[in-house]
Amino acid sequence: MLKYSLKRLASAIPTLFLLITFAFFMIRIAPGGPFDSERALPPEIEANLAAKYHLDEHLVIQYGRYLWNIARLDFGPSFHYLDWSVNDLILQGAPVSFTLGLLALALALAIGIPIGAWAAFRQNRAADYSVMSLAMVGISIPNFVMAPLLILLFAITLGWLPAGGWEFSPARMVLPVITLALPMIAYIARITRGSMIEVLHASFIRTARAKGMPSRNILFSHALKPALLPVISYLGPAAAAILTGSVVVERIFTIPGIGSYFVQGALNRDYTLVMGVVILYGMLIILFNFLVDLVYAWLDPRIRYDEQEA
Amino acid sequence: MRGWLVSVLLVLLVACNGDRQGSEEPAPSRLAQPVALETDEHGRPLPRVLAETQVLYRGNAEEPQTLDPHLAEGVPSANILRDLFEGLTTTAPGGRIVGGAAVHWDISRDGLTYTFYLDPDGRWSNGDPVTAQDFVWSWRRVVDPQTGAAYGRMLAPVVNAGEVFAGRLPPEELGVTALNPTTFQVRLDDPTSYFLGLLTHPTTFPVHRESLEVHGSAHVRPGNLVSNGAYQLTDWQVRSRIELTKNPHFRIADQVIIERVVFYPFEDENTEFNRFRAGDLHWTYQVPSGQFRWLERNMSDALMVAPWFGTYFFSFNLTREPFRDNLELRRALNLAIDREIMTERVSRFGEIPTFNLIPPGLPDYEPPEPDYASWTQEEREAEARRLYLQAGYSESEPLTVELRYNTSENHRKIAVAMAAMWKDVLGVRTRMVNEEFRVFLQNRAQRRVTQVFRAGWIGDYQDAFTFLELFHSEHGRNDAGYDNPRYDRLLEQIASERIPSRRRNLMVEAERILLADQVVLPVFIYVSKRLVDPRLKGWEENIMDQHLTRHMFLLRERSAGVSPREDASE
Repeated sequence: MLKYSLKRLASAIPTLFLLITFAFFMIRIAPGGPFDSERALPPEIEANLAAKYHLDEHLVIQYGRYLWNIARLDFGPSFHYLDWSVNDLILQGAPVSFTLGLLALALALAIGIPIGAWAAFRQNRAADYSVMSLAMVGISIPNFVMAPLLILLFAITLGWLPAGGWEFSPARMVLPVITLALPMIAYIARITRGSMIEVLHASFIRTARAKGMPSRNILFSHALKPALLPVISYLGPAAAAILTGSVVVERIFTIPGIGSYFVQGALNRDYTLVMGVVILYGMLIILFNFLVDLVYAWLDPRIRYDEQEA
Repeated sequence: MRGWLVSVLLVLLVACNGDRQGSEEPAPSRLAQPVALETDEHGRPLPRVLAETQVLYRGNAEEPQTLDPHLAEGVPSANILRDLFEGLTTTAPGGRIVGGAAVHWDISRDGLTYTFYLDPDGRWSNGDPVTAQDFVWSWRRVVDPQTGAAYGRMLAPVVNAGEVFAGRLPPEELGVTALNPTTFQVRLDDPTSYFLGLLTHPTTFPVHRESLEVHGSAHVRPGNLVSNGAYQLTDWQVRSRIELTKNPHFRIADQVIIERVVFYPFEDENTEFNRFRAGDLHWTYQVPSGQFRWLERNMSDALMVAPWFGTYFFSFNLTREPFRDNLELRRALNLAIDREIMTERVSRFGEIPTFNLIPPGLPDYEPPEPDYASWTQEEREAEARRLYLQAGYSESEPLTVELRYNTSENHRKIAVAMAAMWKDVLGVRTRMVNEEFRVFLQNRAQRRVTQVFRAGWIGDYQDAFTFLELFHSEHGRNDAGYDNPRYDRLLEQIASERIPSRRRNLMVEAERILLADQVVLPVFIYVSKRLVDPRLKGWEENIMDQHLTRHMFLLRERSAGVSPREDASE
């Protein structure tokens, strides 16, 4: 297991390297630069700024310098937020996005799995249809529609919850967490239902039923574990995406996470900031895919056996 | 399931309609209303009418790029910097330029030497006195090319500023001197009548040398930032909030009523609007486009719309076909646009239709109206058709033109309307190109692909010159490629003219030439538009749209109603 883990982690390095290289040159191809503005800068000042940020050097030298810096975990100064380094911005924003993302993820799992399992258990009955139709609605309503609706209802009309903002207060987290979680709940419920139906038709479940095991025990101790496998593989990339923040949710609720940096950073040609969040996202994807594989091995004995044989 | 959806929609519908009754008559908003204002003999509010907590919540568009006054650009950072720092001059609520860090000043007869007498009570937020030497050091920093000050050219009128900026002279050669600790002298190359107005711009504010030397680029962090204005920085959560607290050492701290002000950045205007409606804000930076009619009906006591010192216009690329050397065509396209429709039906925000480049409202400048401004739209269109034919185009051989704008819903609407008017009146075929902002700026500056493109300008200082200088043949933002030696010469004359009436005439002449040459196609004068809590007083509309928190105060609430919530953290 340890050997396997090390191997997997080692293979992450070339992947990250490719990602960095690709992203670095991609963002530089975009026309315009970080210091362009409607108020044109005098050429002397532009030259000084370029020199200050090493933008006057050959692109390959800049690339080398960048690699050397990130090897030392220095993501450089932000070209747009002049008072902060990319490290500062990510260290301030990431905890916000992580908190929101983890809460949304937990909520989505806590609701999505039980209702999916329940729907499967009641397959083709009223409960199944209503859960699945709701899930379909959840998937289809985009969060930029859902968020303003929630604000209008709960913040403006009823006045129960704040309309946005952050400042680490639980009340302010409710609406954004719900907005983030809703489509995930729907996805997870659908995936769980599908795989649960499959598992419930498997022969080992039939055997359990034949032995006279109560339905609840069949569902929770035998069917659930294998039925979760597709959910787990969905969770890997989904967790990475939700933890790095959502542009839409951050905009609508004014949340200072890192999700907006993907878009704002690119629009501002804030080269280092874009690189910073891309690398973070890449690392999270790699990490979560790795974790998914580990959990898979734990949930599905067949995978472990295969490894032992090999 | 369908029932669930229907009931949610019903609830929302009722929620929306609740505000919409009495459709045409402005309905009183549900905002809390203030008690009547009572003042003492100095015009200051009596304590009994003031609200108990004087904490102001201001919406402030995007996160400021920096709080270093010398590096900052953009309105959001200027709003905060004007509260944190104070220049030699400052603005009164109505926009009038009054003494700031300098209580009074002398201007030499030739208009070239300004001597400022600093307020001896001037203090930094750590208690240090504000001295003339602080200004000398700060201004040298601004023009030092190593600083990279975005707005360094604000100090361009000062002797040697250009040479220092270009790195040909050391910063010490800048024409500023500290005659004694409270007397600061500036020498100018040309008499610059708007110089006192420039001094309200954050680039000319002093910075605290010692904290800069100790903290380097981290000198603007809360706890490090030492400022000389009415407020000091106490909290800064990036993209969440910036909190300022009253500076007890401020020279007239006893006149500052608002104890704390919190600036919230908003990336989305609808979000800001929702926060205002929920009672979280006293002051918004803008209002959502498309909500104007609703706001007029339902929040008329909070909606504030006022002319701004900016013009929305389009520009022609004069260096390429089809507009090079084709005045008739440019004129035809200009006359074919119905400005009334643009402002009444398209932009719909109370903007003011215009044929001029320079907005009205300056104390010493009256924009020269071109003759066609007084014609009827039919007359203008008839003339447009005549000129169009004269330019060599006709219905059978129509002009095909590219109209370029940066991606935005409002710009798109205006471009579509322009294209429709051109098609209607002249039969012009328009291809619309929208581009992401920086791509757009680059294309404009290169002048290789542009034909007609969106432009717009908000004046940097309260003088017509801030618009006129854009079209100097060597100006960095002369994206039209206008090159008229007579115009350039006029600008140089304006810069060196000392007598106000002569200078005014020269500027009128310059604008007249610019309009006659049809370099631009002006559409409307911008308006500033925001929502303000009816209890917030002490501020006045002004064309520069500068509103210092230190003039403001919150009145006590008349009866129960929605009140801005305190932060949950408090």
